[in-house]
Amino acid sequence: MTKTLIRGNEALAEAAIRAGCKAFFGYPITPQNEIPDYMAYHLPLRGGVYLQAESEVSAINMVYGAAGTGTRVMTSSSSPGISLKQEGISYLAAGELPCVIVNVMRCGPGLGGIHPGQGDYFQAVKGGGHGDYRLLVLAPGSVQEMADLTTLAFDLADKWRNPVLILSDGILGQMMEPVEFSPEEGPLAMDKPWATTGAVNRKPNVINTLDIVPESLEKKNYALLAKYERIKREEIRWEEKKISDADLILVAYGTSARVARSAMDLARGKGLKVGLFRPISLFPFPYPQLKRLACRKRQFLVIEMSGGQMLEDVRLAVEGRSKVHFTNRLGGMVPTPQDVLETILKIREGGGPGENSF
Amino acid sequence: MRTVFKKPRAMTKRPMHYCPGCTHGIIHRLVGEAIDSLGILEETIGVASVGCSVFAYDYFNCDMQQAAHGRAPAVATGIKRVLPQRTVFTYQGDGDLASIGMAEIVHAAARGENITVIFVNNAIYGMTSGQMAPTSLIGQKTTTSPRGRSVKDAGYPIKICELLATLEGPSYLARVSSHDPRHILQAGRAIKKAFRMQKEKRGFALVEVLSTCSVNWGLTPRGAMEWLAENMIPTYPLGVYKDVTAKEGD
Ligand SMILES: Cc1ncc(C[n+]2csc(CCOP(=O)(O)OP(=O)(O)O)c2C)c(N)n1
Repeated sequence: MTKTLIRGNEALAEAAIRAGCKAFFGYPITPQNEIPDYMAYHLPLRGGVYLQAESEVSAINMVYGAAGTGTRVMTSSSSPGISLKQEGISYLAAGELPCVIVNVMRCGPGLGGIHPGQGDYFQAVKGGGHGDYRLLVLAPGSVQEMADLTTLAFDLADKWRNPVLILSDGILGQMMEPVEFSPEEGPLAMDKPWATTGAVNRKPNVINTLDIVPESLEKKNYALLAKYERIKREEIRWEEKKISDADLILVAYGTSARVARSAMDLARGKGLKVGLFRPISLFPFPYPQLKRLACRKRQFLVIEMSGGQMLEDVRLAVEGRSKVHFTNRLGGMVPTPQDVLETILKIREGGGPGENSF
Repeated sequence: MRTVFKKPRAMTKRPMHYCPGCTHGIIHRLVGEAIDSLGILEETIGVASVGCSVFAYDYFNCDMQQAAHGRAPAVATGIKRVLPQRTVFTYQGDGDLASIGMAEIVHAAARGENITVIFVNNAIYGMTSGQMAPTSLIGQKTTTSPRGRSVKDAGYPIKICELLATLEGPSYLARVSSHDPRHILQAGRAIKKAFRMQKEKRGFALVEVLSTCSVNWGLTPRGAMEWLAENMIPTYPLGVYKDVTAKEGD
């Protein structure tokens, strides 16, 4: 297999087309513009449709319409635009419509800045829009994974009839790495008997998120919750590095995990037993896998480009059995491996930032 | 025995929930008759909006999607772009289309999106029980304009057909009314034409149907029909605002 040197955003777009994505609706925003640019050029040449919507609100509702026909469809944006999509995402989850949504995160809040951030974790994994719903959330850690997790995202969306969110960031979107692509899918033979494609030789299908009868809406709510429970059992993904002898485990996703990995290597060079735990699925979060690693002798250091969002899930996972430290950079600043190493050294000396210092 | 009157095939048998004196039911029927007469039931996908007509998905006998408030033209665009051979229509109220959904309707029209829009203008927010709409008349009393809509506070009614007629995208824009049999027949012809425009791939077609909301207007059904004729039509003149086939002699 040959490798292509390609930018993260473009790798994601190419992988989407190969996965059978036949429609893309978007609106310009940095740092994800290479995705709609790539789609605008390539999708119409490869049997799909591209349309620049008038806003992110419209784009996500175009996704709703196309997803309702059973077509593999995607939209991408960055933080402020993803905020605008939240109502539509809630409708997509309620309508159980498969689609892929990409957030190439920048820093916030407000208009924030165009540099990378990880401040949309809560929005992505805890809700974001209204009502009780969940997205499957995947966090790539390399350009290769920008491609691979996109392929996976389309399959998971169809498998679970649920929107899948790819939570990336401005660095992963902009950086170039060699990528090996999966071969292009042939025409998909996926049976979607619920899709609204025209009621030819069957009863009409209805895609609807309204139910004003509490007894029946409650039933639907419980059915959704049961689906999310099955997802929690079956779809957890994570990566571990040098965990077995580690007395300090770094926990990070996306760009922060790349920094953490370099910091781990620096620490190992100094003879420190440091490992790395990288959640790949943020929903479902690898609670059981982290819990198994937690014990009195082991400490955790969470690294994020946010005020401490995934940190809360790590603390939930370890259930107080291990001390959990935290370090971060904000505003588009990225922690360096050296920064993280210094925090590691402080923790070794017993003077780490500690549990409640964030 | 000869059948002289029956429900269109394009409509389900489900009893409607509309209030006495509301013309949503009549307009549904006109849409159903248009679909029947063009023989396009199996290829039609409808988009219900948020408003009193949200349950349209229960009344039309074709595939339906229910859209978020104001977003029906975007949802219809998503469907039409991936299934260009299908007939796609939206059915929207004036709060839905002319207030929260203004961006979606203007851009769908500007793109010449090949869809059919049935725009039901009753000059009020019916479903949320009678608030002022962007189309409420000057002086009209609603729960949120209790002393009558004042220009100073709330500006002027929005005239959708006139506004969209400034764009090149639309192929057909017409305003009709549903207050008496003569106008209902006229409305039926306009709706049928708006579906035919789509079949002929001429692009965006919209029919604005003036309608009633007797309950929230505080009038009897009959009083509401009269109020529409006397008050709405002067603000919203009936007629064809754009027809790209006009020169071809229709
Ligand atoms: C985002 C959002 N905002 C507000 C509402 C509440 N809401 C439901 S229907 C409606 C107004 C509908 O009025 P109109 O479109 O004129 O239709 P009608 O009921 O008069 O037929 C509103 C504001 C909503 N469902 N969603």
